[in-house]
Amino acid sequence: MNATAVRAERPLGNARRRLSAALWRRPWLRAVALLLPPLGWMIVFYLAALAVLFVSAFWSIDSFTGKLTHTWTWANFHTIFSDPTYRQIAWRTIWMASAVTLTDAIVAFPFAYFMARIAGPRQRTLLFVLVLLPLWSSYLARIYAWRLILNHDGALNWTLGKLGLPTQGWAFTNTAMWIVFSYIWLPFMILPIYAALERIPDSYIEASRDLGARNWTTFRRVIVPLALPGIVAGSIFTFSLTLGDYITPSLVGNVDFIGNVIYRNVLGLTNNLPFAAAYATIPLLVMGLYLVVAKRLGAFDAL
Amino acid sequence: METRAARISLSIWTLAVVLFLWLPLVLICVYAFNSSNIQSWPIAGFTTKWFSSAWHDQDARDALVLSLKAAGLATVVAIALGTAAAAAVSRFRFFGRDAITFLLVLPIALPGVVTGIALNSFFGNNPVHHFNPGLLTIVIGHATFCIVIVYNNVVARLRRTQTSLTEASMDLGADGWQTFRFVTLPVVSTALVAGALLAFALSFDEVIVTTFTAGAQNTLPIWILGNLRLGQQLPQVNVVVFFVIVMTVIPVAIAARLTRDTGILRRR
Repeated sequence: MNATAVRAERPLGNARRRLSAALWRRPWLRAVALLLPPLGWMIVFYLAALAVLFVSAFWSIDSFTGKLTHTWTWANFHTIFSDPTYRQIAWRTIWMASAVTLTDAIVAFPFAYFMARIAGPRQRTLLFVLVLLPLWSSYLARIYAWRLILNHDGALNWTLGKLGLPTQGWAFTNTAMWIVFSYIWLPFMILPIYAALERIPDSYIEASRDLGARNWTTFRRVIVPLALPGIVAGSIFTFSLTLGDYITPSLVGNVDFIGNVIYRNVLGLTNNLPFAAAYATIPLLVMGLYLVVAKRLGAFDAL
Repeated sequence: METRAARISLSIWTLAVVLFLWLPLVLICVYAFNSSNIQSWPIAGFTTKWFSSAWHDQDARDALVLSLKAAGLATVVAIALGTAAAAAVSRFRFFGRDAITFLLVLPIALPGVVTGIALNSFFGNNPVHHFNPGLLTIVIGHATFCIVIVYNNVVARLRRTQTSLTEASMDLGADGWQTFRFVTLPVVSTALVAGALLAFALSFDEVIVTTFTAGAQNTLPIWILGNLRLGQQLPQVNVVVFFVIVMTVIPVAIAARLTRDTGILRRR
């Protein structure tokens, strides 16, 4: 670098140094400067959005003009609780979310156990990647794949036919939704359980055996309780994701979920945003309750 | 401690789960080469003709361009904001630190439809500014749930690096910027790239929130969804789906290699 360039750069460099020194002397200023942009973004675009959502649940739609009326009313909530259709849809969604969560926990646990406590390091890495890639690969593609598999002339019936077994007619039923939900959210259950199991020190298991516990007792009294936070952490995802999904029901099922009602009221023909907002408070409250319980069971440390 | 029988049954179970996870993905990729436009199994024959027909589909192309733009911009925002939040949380002790993590996770911990409708009503009904649905609203929505992806990766890496590194750099006379440029950045760079790749993959594939923020615009997933609903252009859909799987799997595979130390590849 020649002298002119150095001289030209100096004032700028000095200013930078002064700023840097000022920031170094005042750590709180650095913290504020770092936090302001992300916090500002989340508050403006997310918390404010949730607030608008809550408020709009108490608005209504003028039935003649179809315009939003900004007066406070409990009418939307009244409809939700008095109309059996909406109650039924809410129960169905919660019931499916529970069934999927339970299924995933049962399928995931032995897999995670093998991964954490039996597989060697290389095998473990391989299994990790094999779980990870489906988790991240296209959500729509995976639903669509099952639609093709469960179709009357799909791969499942073809296989069953080859094996000489009776064919299935699960396409567009609750069974199809249960299978597809369990499939797409399974990796979300495997990873936290694996993490929890991997953290159990071998010495705990040795201690349990030294104290005279049989394998089964050790499993039941030591391993399962220590894995529980992982299971609960996984269940947050499987439960929440099922609760908020409306695409799976519309592609492989034939009945409405909470999400379908919301979707139709926001973007579909019904066009009643306040009602959709009111209905959206159901999954929100259910999830809020779920998160409180999960926190008590120590799931947040296992996330 | 496991008996032999237990080990064998666990291995079989593991193998079955791997097949369960992967067979549908393999199958959908095979369908991209189906010579018939009837989607039954086994496929009628092998062809690559739908690849060129999908490539020349103008709607699909427009959707691809929009998806790339949205994912690219959302990733840039997520990198900037996620890294800043990660640096603040891992370097400073202050009141409400846990609340920040919680706030960042919220958009993906809450059901997608809630995030979607919240953004939708906010864009249209807030008293300050009316946002017309389009690229901007899509990017805002995607960035909001991508920040946590970058944040998680960078925080995990920063937790494993000692503060003595930056202190040494300052003691040796480097200013804040130089320390960041020559010490902190090289340490977090792979975690940052991994976070960015994951954020890109997540945004590129997102559909639940996007339907609420895109208005009449089509991203690639929305284009797929529309055609699936109507049952039209299925051969082209198969090809695009194949492409989307590749587009999401490759960044994730690279990210997995980059973060082998922290192993922080949980999506949520």
